[in-house]
Amino acid sequence: MTPHGNPEVPASSATEINRSAEKVSPAVEPVETRNAWGLWEVFVRSSRGLSHVHAGSLHAPDAAMALRNARDLYTRRNEGVSIWVVPADAIAASDPDSKGSFFESPQGKDYRHATYYTKSEGVKHL
Amino acid sequence: MSTPATNTEASETHGHGDISTGVAGGDSNASATRITPGNALRPEDIALEVRTGLAKPSGDVAEYALRLGDDALILAQRLGHWISRAPELEEDVALGNIALDQLGHARSFLTYAGGALGENGTPQSEDDLAYFRREHEFRSAHLFEQPNGDFAATIARQFVVSYYQFELYRRLTGSTDATLAAIAAKAVKEVDYHRDHSAQWVLRLAGGTDESRKRMIHGLKLMWPYVGELFEDDALVTRLAEAGAAVVPSSIREDFDRLTGEVFAEAELEVPDVPSAPGGGRQGKHSEHLGYILAEMQVLAREHPGANW
Repeated sequence: MTPHGNPEVPASSATEINRSAEKVSPAVEPVETRNAWGLWEVFVRSSRGLSHVHAGSLHAPDAAMALRNARDLYTRRNEGVSIWVVPADAIAASDPDSKGSFFESPQGKDYRHATYYTKSEGVKHL
Repeated sequence: MSTPATNTEASETHGHGDISTGVAGGDSNASATRITPGNALRPEDIALEVRTGLAKPSGDVAEYALRLGDDALILAQRLGHWISRAPELEEDVALGNIALDQLGHARSFLTYAGGALGENGTPQSEDDLAYFRREHEFRSAHLFEQPNGDFAATIARQFVVSYYQFELYRRLTGSTDATLAAIAAKAVKEVDYHRDHSAQWVLRLAGGTDESRKRMIHGLKLMWPYVGELFEDDALVTRLAEAGAAVVPSSIREDFDRLTGEVFAEAELEVPDVPSAPGGGRQGKHSEHLGYILAEMQVLAREHPGANW
């Protein structure tokens, strides 16, 4: 430990050995009881007019630090003009197992697309 | 420049021109976020101006640039030591980013200083200055070479540095020396973020647990003796300031005290009451720490001169 690492010991007496110090390792708490930083999902808008896109996730104790960590982790290469952070457990996600009932029913229903209309003459940019 | 660290910096600033696709391009395989190099003053631009004679610092300006460059270089080397050692992965990257910012400033200042320091009209390169000067030729203030200590000590050093550098660069953008002004204009935005980062941590550590508060107070006490040296004037800066090229260090003390004081007040901390260290870094007098930093930083370049990787 460097002299600067231990606030108990003044820097000037760094070379003196603390003989009364306990000779055992400190007890380590099990992982689940430690106050770990929460998980946040990060959304980055790459330029004005585009929407925010999920870029990844990170750990932070609160929103203010999550934003700063997101800035440091996900906009290092000029990727963004705006960042959103959302606590990961605030996101409700669709169930991957219900992919069939959720997402496959629109398949083959091409009448839901505007494919049966004839384009009027002179109407541009359709 | 030939070190791995600076290669990273270089590729960040101009290496990604060909992969700026992403969502806007409609390519579903592209990265979710777009990578662009952006436009900013690069050390390579300064090197070109120095080589072609477009930018030619006077001896005084070069010495001044050397001071600012060495401050940033030594700090970058110190901060780089945190990589893989920070308390959280996210903080690891944050400190690494700050180190890279500082390295970028160092490269710019040293490249410019080199324009007046070479022999026979050939400028000295940033590498010559970073790797082949000896300890007494470095002009950094003592604060920058202070050991990292624990995380709170590093934050304390960073807190002082970022508030000092912000006030300095903010004023230096008005320098009559166009290159110094341009380097400062780029640096001041980066240092503004460093201020935010360090102030956040001072508040969090001071307002956290008893242990974190104790460590924060201890860290500030360790760094505060080296604050005075940052604001000392000498003949060189006075001369340069009269010509409008440099910032008189003593003139930024008031703003530094006021702004750091606001953070101290919010964190319910007191300005450490400790005597000043003697200083002397601007004259090449350093503490025992600098030699070790240089040994680690310079060994490879000296062992294999001209090596590239």
